[in-house]
Amino acid sequence: MYKHSVELDVGKCTGCTTCIRHCPTEAIRIRDGRAVINEDRCIDCGECIRVCPSNAKKAMCSKMEHYSHYKWKIALPAPSLYGQFANLTDVETILQGLLDIGFDDVFEVARAAELVTECTRLYLKSEGIKKPVISSACPVVVRLISLRYPYLRDNIMPILPPIEIAAMMARKKAKEEHPELKDEDIGLFFISPCAAKVSYIRNGFGSYKSKIDVVVSMKDIYFKLLGAMKKGEQPTVSPTAGMIGIGWASSGGESSAILNDNYLAADGIENINKVLDAIENGNIPQLEFIELNACTGGCVGGVMTIENPFIARTRLQSVRRYLPVSLNRLPSDIHYVPENFYCSELPTYMPISRLSENFSESMRMMSRIQEIKKELPGIDCGACGSPSCRAFAEDLVRGAVKDITACKMYGTKKTQESDSDNQGEI
Amino acid sequence: MSECLTFHYDVDGEDFTSAGQASVQVKKNLRRLGIPPEIIRQVSIAMYEGEINMVIHAGGGNADVIVYEDRIEIILADKGPGIKDVALAMQEGYSTAPDSVRSLGFGAGMGLPNMKRYTDEMTIDTVVGEGTTIKMVVKLR
Ligand SMILES: Nc1ncnc2c1ncn2[C@@H]1O[C@H](COP(=O)(O)OP(=O)(O)OP(=O)(O)O)[C@@H](O)[C@H]1O
Ligand code: SF4
Ligand SMILES: [Mg+2]
Repeated sequence: MYKHSVELDVGKCTGCTTCIRHCPTEAIRIRDGRAVINEDRCIDCGECIRVCPSNAKKAMCSKMEHYSHYKWKIALPAPSLYGQFANLTDVETILQGLLDIGFDDVFEVARAAELVTECTRLYLKSEGIKKPVISSACPVVVRLISLRYPYLRDNIMPILPPIEIAAMMARKKAKEEHPELKDEDIGLFFISPCAAKVSYIRNGFGSYKSKIDVVVSMKDIYFKLLGAMKKGEQPTVSPTAGMIGIGWASSGGESSAILNDNYLAADGIENINKVLDAIENGNIPQLEFIELNACTGGCVGGVMTIENPFIARTRLQSVRRYLPVSLNRLPSDIHYVPENFYCSELPTYMPISRLSENFSESMRMMSRIQEIKKELPGIDCGACGSPSCRAFAEDLVRGAVKDITACKMYGTKKTQESDSDNQGEI
Repeated sequence: MSECLTFHYDVDGEDFTSAGQASVQVKKNLRRLGIPPEIIRQVSIAMYEGEINMVIHAGGGNADVIVYEDRIEIILADKGPGIKDVALAMQEGYSTAPDSVRSLGFGAGMGLPNMKRYTDEMTIDTVVGEGTTIKMVVKLR
């Protein structure tokens, strides 16, 4: 079972139905007055966290303080962190701030992002790959494909996301510089913009297990970090990544860096679905690479960021301005993607929306759903606790709801002719 | 075999921006039935091309997807101008699409040939001035 990181504070949930209508995979129901998330369908996009008016949904993250047993704590900041501070023109101040709040070293994820960019360019030149190649960096997208677009699974770039490569490099660096450290002494702390990365790190990628030890939320360390930065300690560290690596924080950064015109970048789940449906139908011709970010604006729009994504993007521009284009390259004698950058196995297709394992039974159930739907008012009010009348009919047929009278509007109005349903549903 | 399921969609000829929606909906319903991904893709491509054709060339129409135990039928019916020369229309590259949609990337004359390629059977009934009905079959297993 996929382990998620979106958590409900039952005491705060009022059963208001806001989340069930915003969930892009219809994974939430209201049962007994409280939201219940279907783990099989959840893609960790964080939409419910964003829309909940009672702040009852949270992303589960670790607190730095609970991990004091690590002798050597390394912070791995996602580049989106650099867009969170006003009037900041250099990266050093943030890196120094991280050291000042208790980390022993900092390793910028943007460094690894620059290497992944290089690998992407190499990968795109390899023979026999399925194009367009889809970025594997946003875990929501990878999960969405495994649930909804099985045909596009082989288009996912089989290269590990920057956080994993950063983790490998950071550990190696620590051991080289401090040979006295044992593996268990080193703690790799990813500073994450989103809940999806938390889930990804827990679950891995196919059979691949993540190399990150602890995930800390950007929100959680923000004030502490801001305080440390305000002290204005003279930075003892210099930036280790350039414009390309930091550019990964916002939508379009990853794809524009592959220096190829045939790419597309889309952000927001609804847009992503449109793009993936179009690729599946073969009507986006001649594209080499597709960058998809679940969050509006890219990772700067992650649920654990502080700043509005558009402001963060502008801020990133000023942080990036005086940096070299790129500071990280593969060794010059390497003209292929290094073996340890590949992920051995992509996530497999999970037919979660299948009604039954037996085809004839699925047909019968579907036919019952169609009949019940005709009896329902078709106004998708959500008062029954299901996100739409169609979903309610399915919940009844699946036995998750016992009685049609759970529909508060039952018998009021009859519409619904076309077999269309909500946009986002899987 | 009498047991079957029908999904019905209205394809709106007025609203060009929503063209292609029915094929997205069909995909969802076929996934619910547990149809294999490769078949879903065949149906969805054939459906998409047919749907777009109805919007561009015929002012909209109706789409029915009927699932049987052993096959899926796609029936697209419109009351548009009909197709004068079916053999010609079936040729790759033949298109009468207006410039306005060509700028959007349609009009390569690949729609009908793709519908044929991705399905196991395809028949076109068309009467000039009255309309067109295209029936396609994708076999299961
Ligand atoms: N439903 C229809 N009603 C009337 N004419 C049609 C219909 N479908 C296709 N045609 C005619 O057949 C021609 C070829 O169709 P086809 O789908 O192969 O190409 P296209 O629609 O012009 O371009 P493309 O599908 O590549 O965007 C069309 O240009 C049009 O003249
Ligand atoms: S776009 Fe970035 S921040 Fe948002 S879910 Fe994907 S990886 Fe996380
Ligand atoms: Mg066409």
